[in-house]
Amino acid sequence: MTEKKKKIKNSLVEGPITPEKIATSIAHHQVKTNIGGHDIFLGQVRADEIDGKTVTAIDYSAYDEMANKVFDEIREAAFEKFDLTCGHIYHSKGIVKAGELCLFVFTSSKHRAMAFDATRYITEEIKAKAPVFGKELFEDGEYVWKENK
Amino acid sequence: MTLMIKYFGMIAEATEKVDEELNVQYSSVLGLKEDLVNRYPKLIDMNFKIAVNQQIVTDDYNLIGNEEIALLPPFAGG
Repeated sequence: MTEKKKKIKNSLVEGPITPEKIATSIAHHQVKTNIGGHDIFLGQVRADEIDGKTVTAIDYSAYDEMANKVFDEIREAAFEKFDLTCGHIYHSKGIVKAGELCLFVFTSSKHRAMAFDATRYITEEIKAKAPVFGKELFEDGEYVWKENK
Repeated sequence: MTLMIKYFGMIAEATEKVDEELNVQYSSVLGLKEDLVNRYPKLIDMNFKIAVNQQIVTDDYNLIGNEEIALLPPFAGG
């Protein structure tokens, strides 16, 4: 078996994912006229209340190389399972304030069903498998480590 | 053999470092875990997975040296 020499894409974005980035990404797909439906999942930082204190931001860190490898494997698996035309993943690193976006999953297919299913699959896989860590920061400078349920 | 170990998130806080090189005599991941818990007692109560060359492995995985090892606390992405 020959080793695959594939360059792995960087899916980690410094800071929040901006609505402009999402709009630009949608615009880039208008040339792909075999697409009949897109589906998007956007993860947003919640101002959760923990022990009477409110979360103001999450400070994300990651095992970058492995995270990018995992994102790539998840994307590849989604292409195997679903009839996708395109699939993109972007995840934040660093500080993302409450209300800002930290995850952008974008799938495109000929028909809607495949895009819906792929987006859910990719999002669940990211939560379970990507080595991304998060500190929930409070106004007073204290923090707790976040853990996916 | 020499192992290169990376620490992340709350694990890096417990070890007070982000990486280090260890010279060791054992070859299993279980041996590594026991050694690390001895060095960093705070790890006893902590939940973490071990990745070898960026793949999650189980305790019986055999190390040959020169692998990139990482201690990964619970994930919080998405």
